[in-house]
Amino acid sequence: MNTLLAILSAVFLLSGAAFSLLGAIGLLRFADTTSRLHAASKTQTLGLLLILLGTALQVPVKYGLVLLLVALFQLVTVPVTGQIVGRTAYRTGAVRRSGLVVDKLGRRLEREEAGPPD
Amino acid sequence: MSTVYAVTTALLSAAALLVLVRLLRGPVALDRIVALDVLLSLIVSAAALGVAARQEGSFLPVLLVVAILAFIGSVTAAHLIERREGMR
Repeated sequence: MNTLLAILSAVFLLSGAAFSLLGAIGLLRFADTTSRLHAASKTQTLGLLLILLGTALQVPVKYGLVLLLVALFQLVTVPVTGQIVGRTAYRTGAVRRSGLVVDKLGRRLEREEAGPPD
Repeated sequence: MSTVYAVTTALLSAAALLVLVRLLRGPVALDRIVALDVLLSLIVSAAALGVAARQEGSFLPVLLVVAILAFIGSVTAAHLIERREGMR
């Protein structure tokens, strides 16, 4: 039983670290801010959650509860950060508009600029 | 198990180095914010590894505090950049 737990934990830890590394490579190599945000959010959720899971299998249950809290917090906050940073990137012109397939925010911003200031 | 911890730490360190390169290069401030956010999540991962390797829970508050500060810091900095661009 103990050996099985150790093997599972090792698999989770190593895959989480590998995922974090892949996300970092993506963060380094992608071309604009929103693509980098896409790579970054993978590291921040899946990489971190796998490592927390591998850790939780190795420590007492009372520590595992704190790790679960961190995992839930990360799951709630990373999408929020991504949305806000992405919107800011768009509004400050860090996004290449030519590569977009659907661009609802652009139309809305044009309407805002044409209409009365609110 | 100690070999697994060593390999995992090495992978996380390599990831942190790549993120640091992006942090130094990042053409706009938003790239640096994203890179810092990822760096802080890597720090949380490393602190969790420390908890597992040492079998003691004194690092657990560090996990929570760093996660919360990373969120607040990124959102605040993004808001500030948006407002600063609006002034121009």
